Amino acid sequence: MGTDFYMNTEGRKGVLSWILSTDHKRIGLLYLYAVLGFFLIGVIIGLLMRLELMAPGRTIVNARAYDSLFTLHGIIMIFFFIIPGVPSSLGNFFLPLQIGARDVAFPRLNLLSWWLYVIAGLTAISTIFLPGGPPDTGWTLYPPYSIKTPTNVSGTALAAFIVGFSSILTGLNFITTIHRLRAPGMTWFRMPLFTWTLYSTAWVQVLATPVLAITLLLLILERAFGTGFFDPAKGGDPLMFEHLFWIYSHPAVYVMILPAMGIISEIVPTFSRKTVFGYKAIVFSGLSIATLGYVVWGHHMFTSGMSDVSSMVFSFITFAVAVPSGIKVFNWIATMYKGSVEIKPPLLYAFAFIFLFSIGGLTGLVNSAVATNVHIHGTFFIVAHFHYTMFGGAGFAFFTGLHYRLPKMTGRMYNFRASTVACIVLFIGFNILYFPMFLLGWQGMPRRYYDYPPEFHGNNFISTIGSWILAAGLLIMFINLARSLFKGEKAGNNPWDGTTLEWQVSSPPPQENFEKIPHITRGPYSREKNIL
Amino acid sequence: MTDKVNEAFLVIMVICLALLGLVTFFMIFLAVRYRRGKNPNPEDISGSLPLEITWTVVPAILVFIMFWYGWVNFKAMRTVPEKAFNVNVTARMWSWSFEYPDGFKTTTLMVPAGRPVNLDIISEDVLHSLFIPAFKIKEDAVPGMHTRLWFTAPAPGEYTIFCSEYCGQGHSSMISKVVAMTEKDFSTWYQTHGDKEAVGKAVPDVPKLLDEHGCLDCHTTDGSELTGPSFKGIYGRKIVVISRGKERALTVDDAYLLSSVLYPDKDIVKGYEDIMPSFKDELSEKELAAIINYLKELK
Repeated sequence: MGTDFYMNTEGRKGVLSWILSTDHKRIGLLYLYAVLGFFLIGVIIGLLMRLELMAPGRTIVNARAYDSLFTLHGIIMIFFFIIPGVPSSLGNFFLPLQIGARDVAFPRLNLLSWWLYVIAGLTAISTIFLPGGPPDTGWTLYPPYSIKTPTNVSGTALAAFIVGFSSILTGLNFITTIHRLRAPGMTWFRMPLFTWTLYSTAWVQVLATPVLAITLLLLILERAFGTGFFDPAKGGDPLMFEHLFWIYSHPAVYVMILPAMGIISEIVPTFSRKTVFGYKAIVFSGLSIATLGYVVWGHHMFTSGMSDVSSMVFSFITFAVAVPSGIKVFNWIATMYKGSVEIKPPLLYAFAFIFLFSIGGLTGLVNSAVATNVHIHGTFFIVAHFHYTMFGGAGFAFFTGLHYRLPKMTGRMYNFRASTVACIVLFIGFNILYFPMFLLGWQGMPRRYYDYPPEFHGNNFISTIGSWILAAGLLIMFINLARSLFKGEKAGNNPWDGTTLEWQVSSPPPQENFEKIPHITRGPYSREKNIL
Repeated sequence: MTDKVNEAFLVIMVICLALLGLVTFFMIFLAVRYRRGKNPNPEDISGSLPLEITWTVVPAILVFIMFWYGWVNFKAMRTVPEKAFNVNVTARMWSWSFEYPDGFKTTTLMVPAGRPVNLDIISEDVLHSLFIPAFKIKEDAVPGMHTRLWFTAPAPGEYTIFCSEYCGQGHSSMISKVVAMTEKDFSTWYQTHGDKEAVGKAVPDVPKLLDEHGCLDCHTTDGSELTGPSFKGIYGRKIVVISRGKERALTVDDAYLLSSVLYPDKDIVKGYEDIMPSFKDELSEKELAAIINYLKELK
């Protein structure tokens, strides 16, 4: 084995050896740091929002500042943390390793994606300091309000436009890599499940993101030149924006959750010391989620004035998507049957994911039924639901993935006890923070509310307390992971006894990944591993 | 309405809780039963077709049931009974206006209890959504498009109306209420409200007027700043306004106050946004005069 990839700087010094590198592992780490940076900003904004809502009336900021806080929280968490999160960081690092390749198909395009991501991120942050101030429209940017407000909506739209290209290029790169660079013998059904979900996700990124790009462009034109696409006074239609926006933004939900499911699909078999239950069922359910996900966007619009027939059709297809999601959960659990289960931190985080994501998914059924949607739409019920799926789901899966894969990326192991404590604190804090929001929503408290009548005080207060517990959990978890980089024990090449290819190379992986491209003869989770 | 939503909710909740219980139970049970200490040698089972079929077909049936309950109950909620009492609703930043068949307008929605009420909703500016939590219904107010919503208030009383589509800084204070009265009280109210003489005799309660019409969502009476200039000391203030793109200076007097309530987009005070709606058809002459007098005194 050659030297590990940290040693090979390609003749560049210091930070340049990172930000100009075309090595997928270095780019994966660049993404990881950037994504976690944005996550941190998003968390701080979220904590401020909870602090403001702790009591009715003004607590720390005025209405406009609060409106900007929830807008920035949404924009940063969605476009700069959760959408690029797993695919760009863990995906970039592990995709070539999992399929026995030396790099992605287009390494320079990969670096360009990262640069676009960073430029977009800085553009989004810059709106805070530029004249007009940060946007106050909510991340959904609905016109006509987004056309009327004097805040920096165009800058925000531009940022999302640029980061969209980063997403499209990553998707293109992954699709090509998976089609062209699989090691000999790695048939489609010998591909690891994480790679499968990256593949489904990549198609959604490539096909859906352009719709968002066009929509944002129309919005910028409307603001700059008064073109009137969405302004009824000029013959436009605000509902057209809602449709276009959700044609992207609903499939985007699956960009967030599919790779998360991929992470869990690998961890349960590894820690049960057996092959995954229902490999093909998991693969096909992932593909059908990605496909059906394109045609459910209307469930965001049941009360928008859309026709009742459309509501019926969208409701029906939305319910249909629940079936493949359920299939995945059932297969994960069945994987443990007659296995030899060892609850190490990654599996514990995976359990937290399964529970929280199940609540998120099942409450999604309340949203999909048109009759109940009419009550809870636009209330805190929705806020609770998508935090259970996006944070309890995608976010916790990201933490799961970090605990599983960081030892491979750095070669060092973290402290198990601290990560177990962190997981329990996170789990408790999470539920205290978000569960009261279901109750608030059912009681009728609308979302994006700066102030509220006294009957909503109790649950808001509890929720704010939960936000502090959650923050404490995050702190313990990240300190523990960061500490492992410097003081962790050597992890060894295969600390979890994993079966996929990345566990057969050294930790950290060598510069070229594989000395010799392996020849694949078995499925990804066969206990008799493929030999390099 | 409430029972329709509740019925669908109950069906979904029972199914969801059962599924959540099942998933959580098996997750914990299998992890404990097959823990490494007890079961060191795993058996390599790669799947089971009958099981896959079971957990595809059974959930498929369950989701269809939930879909069905959601849809039929929704359909009932959308079918307006004949002889419903019609009210036109106009939403704007950040107040509601309700117009009755005889053209009379109020800021709270007056309805007869027990009789179906049909709302024809439109927005003057941005998206809003009329939400009555007590009846578990809502529908967006969209500029340039009429949407509808109907309900029957079950008993006399007051029910809160929220705006549930984000519409700017005043979103959370865009609150009104449904006032449901007995048929008798309602018909008395409905027959006398148009009586100019009766209305004319009453002295307008200005603070209440300002609150109900949403004025106080943007203009404070204590000198602090919201979206619009404060009312405190407004009379006689020297200000710079922008009229048709040109700046000019003026002193606030009766005529200016009247014009800025009736035609707010004519002169925009420098540094503020052009977002105030017109109250031309909302306030009577008497009310306008009372408001102006009130502002004169607010030092």
